Amino acid sequence: MTDLTALTIAEARDQLKAKAITAAELTGAYIQAIEKANEALNAYVVTTPEKALEMAKASDTRIAAGNAGALEGIPLGIKDLFGTEGIHTQAASHILDGFKPHYESTVTANLWADGAVMLGKLNMDEFAMGSSNEKSYYGPVKNPWRARGSNADLVPGGSSGGSAAAVAARLCAGATATDTGGSIRQPAAFTGTVGIKPTYGRCSRWGIVAFASSLDQAGPIARDVRDAAILLKSMASVDAKDTTSVNVPVPDYEAAIGRPLAGLKIGIPKEYRVAGMPEDIEKLWQQGIAWLKDAGASIVDISLPHTKYALPAYYIVAPAEASSNLARYDGVRYGLRVPGKDIIEMYEKTRATGFGEEVKRRIMIGTYVLSAGYYDAYYLQAQKVRTLIKKDFEDVFHAGIDAILTPATPSAAFGIADQDMAADPVKMYLNDIFTVTVNMAGLPGIAVPAGLDARGLPLGLQLIGRPFDEETLFQTAHVIEQAAGKFNAPKWW
Amino acid sequence: MSVDISTVKRVAHLARIAVSEADAERMTGQLNAILGFVEQLNEVNVDGVEPMTSVTPMAMKKREDLVDDGRKAADIVANAPIHEENFFVVPKVVE
Repeated sequence: MTDLTALTIAEARDQLKAKAITAAELTGAYIQAIEKANEALNAYVVTTPEKALEMAKASDTRIAAGNAGALEGIPLGIKDLFGTEGIHTQAASHILDGFKPHYESTVTANLWADGAVMLGKLNMDEFAMGSSNEKSYYGPVKNPWRARGSNADLVPGGSSGGSAAAVAARLCAGATATDTGGSIRQPAAFTGTVGIKPTYGRCSRWGIVAFASSLDQAGPIARDVRDAAILLKSMASVDAKDTTSVNVPVPDYEAAIGRPLAGLKIGIPKEYRVAGMPEDIEKLWQQGIAWLKDAGASIVDISLPHTKYALPAYYIVAPAEASSNLARYDGVRYGLRVPGKDIIEMYEKTRATGFGEEVKRRIMIGTYVLSAGYYDAYYLQAQKVRTLIKKDFEDVFHAGIDAILTPATPSAAFGIADQDMAADPVKMYLNDIFTVTVNMAGLPGIAVPAGLDARGLPLGLQLIGRPFDEETLFQTAHVIEQAAGKFNAPKWW
Repeated sequence: MSVDISTVKRVAHLARIAVSEADAERMTGQLNAILGFVEQLNEVNVDGVEPMTSVTPMAMKKREDLVDDGRKAADIVANAPIHEENFFVVPKVVE
């Protein structure tokens, strides 16, 4: 029998339905693959093989009874940010030591209701703050990809680095992830996988550990565009438990795949051509434009004049919201407690020990910009700039643009413990320069692999859509995928 | 704008994060790098621009004012580092 972990979700779904394979066999194959690979890649922080097999057997029973769900028997990895009842949920932070929620996040509950199987919890940057997955309490994740002829370890991107690495290394059929400034799309681009951040309000945030509430959105990382569409259909819902969940029915995203592009207008924003961008990325972008033109789309040059201000505005808004959201980690209600001589000292020692450097840095920035005397200069100014960033997009969509094509990242994956990135936090933040605008405006964005650079590392293109028009993104990304082909990391682990 | 080490210590205390002298010194440099980076926002003309309060144009959702959850004190304290009879236990706060 061929390796079952090689099947996409769509292929596994068909084979399960045809009873050519069982869910227990499929899950067993992934459990074995994880056992062999996880020590090298560090993608999972916790595996749940017994629960997985139990869920798979239940799937087989439902398949036999003829009432299979949309994801029946499909083994998934879950980012450690999602609350999973009775199972390790720590946002890869020391401060949530031992936390096992007594509830299930809406997104994961939706997946289980559709029959999916949980393989375990995936590594990530602590509290989803990072672009390299080096900021995890559980240590860095290694990218399954290496430069041609090199055995140097590369980062998988972040914060959903465990999700991206697990999908690329076939340690799950697909994974949940979250994206606050690019945390789905940047790791997807670094690992040759597909990641979509849906419109703000499309997936419920209920039960997901909060980072920056006005920006956080859940979405899938998958091996191809079709699998991403299948996963998003199950993850998305209208949820009374999230006040920002939008009351719009969830369409059948898979049905959008294969629709012709004729008549679509694709915008190319000149502001995304940044100084110092590698030639490989400029070439990739031009190639993407050519593919879409060949497929019948019309290409329109557009301007999004406030693009360069998105990242600095983000580094005010996101830390401000984080400083407020993370106030709850006080050593009283859950997780770590470090004793002190009084309650203040207990708080201060607990938080000093429990949070990593990057998280502390962002809490400090957030506390500072919200503090008396600085609120107007920083936070209010940033929220006004955010209005202008959103208006840039509204203007081009109003002028008839259906989707916008940009590079996904300004570089391919970089090395673990890169000295430049370690020395300067702002340098690390620049990873999100093309993705963060989308979060600031609440729009959907998809990263799709489009080629390899000169060293053989994957590069992605990003498509940005109108609010709640994920369908156009799947439709267009699929055309790029068809033209570019799929990219698999040569196995070294 | 930039911060000095005493401001960093004050902010750390507001954020309830214990910092050593060396931590505070290191953070001062890093925070100033970030504050230097965000400084460019001042170039933007925001006259007459409303600050964003919601990316989605929607009215705040409301629900019936009724009790539909609760009576799960044991669940709520289950993850506390120290709890007794459904109470969180903290160091003495009032003398």
